[in-house]
Amino acid sequence: MSNIPSDLRYAKSHEWVRVAGDHATVGITDHAQHELTDVVFVELPQVHRIVKAGEACAVVESVKTASDIYSPVSGQIVEINAALSNNPGLVNTDPFGDGWFYKIKLSDAAEPEAMLAAEAYGKQVQG
Amino acid sequence: MLKRTPLFEAHQKLGARLVEFGGWEMPVHYTSIMEEHRVVRTAAGIFDICHMGEVSITGAGASSFLNQVLTNDIAKLRVGEGQYSLMCNPAGGVIDDLYVYKLGVQEYLLIINASRIDADVPWLLQEAQRDIGAGVLVTNQSETLGAIAIQGPTVEKFIDQCVDTFDRAPSSLLKNQITRGEFAGQPVYLARTGYTGEDGFELVGAASIMTDLWQRALQVGLVHGLKPAGLGARDTLRTEVCYPLYGHELDEKRTPIEAGLGFFVSLDKGPFNGREILAMQKLQGAPQRCVAFKMIEKSPPPRPHYRVWFDGQPVGEVVSGTLSPSLNLGIGMAYVPTTVAQPGSRIEIEIRGQRFAAEVVKKPIYRKAS
Repeated sequence: MSNIPSDLRYAKSHEWVRVAGDHATVGITDHAQHELTDVVFVELPQVHRIVKAGEACAVVESVKTASDIYSPVSGQIVEINAALSNNPGLVNTDPFGDGWFYKIKLSDAAEPEAMLAAEAYGKQVQG
Repeated sequence: MLKRTPLFEAHQKLGARLVEFGGWEMPVHYTSIMEEHRVVRTAAGIFDICHMGEVSITGAGASSFLNQVLTNDIAKLRVGEGQYSLMCNPAGGVIDDLYVYKLGVQEYLLIINASRIDADVPWLLQEAQRDIGAGVLVTNQSETLGAIAIQGPTVEKFIDQCVDTFDRAPSSLLKNQITRGEFAGQPVYLARTGYTGEDGFELVGAASIMTDLWQRALQVGLVHGLKPAGLGARDTLRTEVCYPLYGHELDEKRTPIEAGLGFFVSLDKGPFNGREILAMQKLQGAPQRCVAFKMIEKSPPPRPHYRVWFDGQPVGEVVSGTLSPSLNLGIGMAYVPTTVAQPGSRIEIEIRGQRFAAEVVKKPIYRKAS
């Protein structure tokens, strides 16, 4: 049973968003990290890059696979998680906390509301 | 419909993540690749290799037949010994790499890649029709036999307990030796060979005993740290020690010389398939060479098919690549021009459009600290 915090919003492709005013933090879910198993590398977007919702903007790699991460929201990247460079395993051990990927200034503060709430995402992954 | 080995249910019960591998449904890992890799390097791991193929070669002409179709010298083998060898086509291209064991004076057992059973068996049958095949019987036993590999530094402590009786104590075997034992009234062959760079054994026996043999091994190995290990760890382990994988370092267009396996090509034993080309390549060198490399700057893991650059030019391709769990950096093998193949050569691996620095190194990339 994967952890699905109720204060976050979710994308079908297993990214999560934590909103704080017109900024948001983005990462991947517990379900996603469990599927990947050991994360060995995370490629993050450049700070200041403008992304559109649905655009591939990061790559998370396990031993066997490289998976694209699609930005669940539109805006401008303002910060990336430098800790993942030396410790990509944070994505596995703390996917909703220290394993965050990037922070973004939202171009549309209402956009996260169209994402899945915890219950709906839970139905998707738990069947 | 994917094929399943006799151990499929055992894998399900162990919670294995199952994936498609060459038409088979196999465990890629049970816990994680990193953990299973570590267990094999520090204790012991048990692998299902029932999907691999087994072919018996028997009869008065068996030895000379094998010396015609394989590159290594079968005459080096005494009864109870095995050797790594390659089976080439007349152009010197590799049909398969395999192990051949001498079980009796004119009785041999070939262990071949699962993905090549359908290529190897027709080839052997066809070759046995020629005059070199006089007095030779080729029998494909891949459906009736299964195999298990148990690999790691603690394996010798419990391997003898995996079977009920044995002709020679498996723990007393030297590397590449093989002995016959019995389990549940059926013969089992135990060979001190493996594909991980660790000490270990490969057990071959009737498919019908595999599940019980697997359970016996897990039982007696538990106290020595034995854990199930999947194909993911099998791949990272063999890449660290630069063992080739057919379809990557080897295929029908690659020769053993290009692959760096000239040690297993015996040019002075007499004629064999591919000898002319291989002799020329041993003398003059081949245009390309399979080298080992490691990443020397922080990068995503190198992977098969990534382009290799040298001096601003694309020169080759990665054939195997991964994050090395033991060394915690990207490693792999690639084909490059022979002029670039010296250890120390600086190359670049192109990953998603960006080039990262790497260095050609001697094989094996990982070596146990002695």
